[in-house]
Amino acid sequence: MADIIKTATREAYGKALVELGRKNEKVYVFDADLAAATKTGMFKKEFPDRFIDCGIAEGNMMGVAAGMAAAGFTVFASSFAMFAAGRAFEQVRNTIGYPHLNVKIGATHAGISVGEDGASHQCCEDIALMRTIPGMTIINPADDVEARAAVLAAAETEGPVYMRFGRLAVPRIFDESYNFEIGKGSYLKEGKDAAIIASGLLVERALQAAELLKSEGIDAAVINMATIKPIDRDIIIDAAKKTGAIVTAEEHNVIGGLGGAVAEVVCETVPVPVLRVGVEDTFGKSGPALELLEIFGLNAENICAKVKAAIALKK
Amino acid sequence: MNLSLKKQLELDAVQIRKGVIEGTYNAKSGHPGGSLSIAEILAYLYRVEMNIDPKNPKMENRDRFVLSKGHAAPALYAALANRGYFPVEDLKTLRKSNSYLQGHPNMNHVPGVDMSTGSLGQGVSAAAGMALASKLQGGSFRVYSILGDGEIEEGQVWEAAMFAAAKKLDDLCIVVDNNDLQIDGTLEQVNSPYPIPEKFAAFGWHVIEIDGNNLDEIEAAFAEARTVKGKPTAIIAKTVKGKGVSYMENQVSWHGAAPNGEQYDIAMSELNKAEAALEG
Repeated sequence: MADIIKTATREAYGKALVELGRKNEKVYVFDADLAAATKTGMFKKEFPDRFIDCGIAEGNMMGVAAGMAAAGFTVFASSFAMFAAGRAFEQVRNTIGYPHLNVKIGATHAGISVGEDGASHQCCEDIALMRTIPGMTIINPADDVEARAAVLAAAETEGPVYMRFGRLAVPRIFDESYNFEIGKGSYLKEGKDAAIIASGLLVERALQAAELLKSEGIDAAVINMATIKPIDRDIIIDAAKKTGAIVTAEEHNVIGGLGGAVAEVVCETVPVPVLRVGVEDTFGKSGPALELLEIFGLNAENICAKVKAAIALKK
Repeated sequence: MNLSLKKQLELDAVQIRKGVIEGTYNAKSGHPGGSLSIAEILAYLYRVEMNIDPKNPKMENRDRFVLSKGHAAPALYAALANRGYFPVEDLKTLRKSNSYLQGHPNMNHVPGVDMSTGSLGQGVSAAAGMALASKLQGGSFRVYSILGDGEIEEGQVWEAAMFAAAKKLDDLCIVVDNNDLQIDGTLEQVNSPYPIPEKFAAFGWHVIEIDGNNLDEIEAAFAEARTVKGKPTAIIAKTVKGKGVSYMENQVSWHGAAPNGEQYDIAMSELNKAEAALEG
């Protein structure tokens, strides 16, 4: 398996910004003193005049981005998820979301795979926060190919977009022919017994789970749900009807994230069991990222167990 | 300032005040005190200082205004209506469920409003963003913002102050409406942000102190601000909260309370008298 390409989605974010910068001179990139970590440093290097370091003041950065957007620019405002969605929540809500301004928020270091920095920096609440802002688009890409596509699509989308990237290098899932569309989930594998709906780095683990389940005679579908908002209702309803059992998988609190979004749609349309794999309403902790993913049950084994439990709940 | 312009601006200020009373009375809520205190400043901005076109509110290189103290929306709406952005009659619909005149300014619904505000401390960052946009385009427009003196207790104001000075945003000119009263009492009683001029100076701003209800001083301050290069300007304007309505002046209780019928009649009679004197 030595030929598997592993890239952090934050890396793809930095590269995509450069690509975008070459095409569109109205694109500006903001950061809050984290350019090396968020990878906006790549853009800074090529376009120093279009990179604004706002310093360690995320609330002000979001407001300044809003003012720039109101004057006709497209701003990518970048920080760690904890500070972009957490610290600056109200600035995002009132000065970007309410006026529906063209600010794209690049939030890196989301989830517990931040690793050694520990709970203070492991944001597992950002999707829940951003989901409740009317008109906010939320994208949580699974690999570098999808992350690049998400950045390019965000630039073309009117209004605010929250993009969630990871620190950890993750295996490439999609090839260059991958066709990304905001608001569209996609079947990576068909199946009839249950459907695993995953986003971010859990997509690869969902595919592993489906393989493991196959060896036990369980035919599970896998859906990649990169856009958390607006959620693709059609594909959820389709999966619920076809399989009668849903499992969600995400690197986020089980409250308010992808699991919540999927459960809301299923409950209101085709009520079937929905079980959630995610961080079980707890704070993270320090440790190597891959180890933490095991400790917090964000792995194929746990997805398999939930799929079996969901199937058992079918009437 | 020649006498006819001064008379016009005084008239504008009275008409803005009438709009504030009309709006808050009909809404049975709102913030008259801190709206009345900034009438002269708004009158000067919208009649003289800013490069704007009420017939073309989205004019590309227009000067921008951000009411960071968004609760003074009744005054902003009155200033805009007074300059023809929308009918003065609409001021009576303030805060009604079928009105575009929200309790706090919304840039997508009100012609002439350049930024949605209301959550204190945030507007000034957006104003800095606009000033940055201007600078990046070679200084094509100026950006003005009015902040409350209580508002500057918000930490974000100082993040924005640091940013605007660090980025040398000389197209940015803010006015601090220093009426010395906030909801819970005087600034000293609540959480004193004094000394205000020294704080902005320490953050790298050019600072001008004026009587914010005096049109000659307002004119001189904005003229001076235009000459300042390499740094933003903060005009610290001493004002009277509730200015122009006798029983509201310097009364903290009029921060966020609307006049009843009797109080409305008294206020309008005072303002009508002032208007008649200017027109006579």
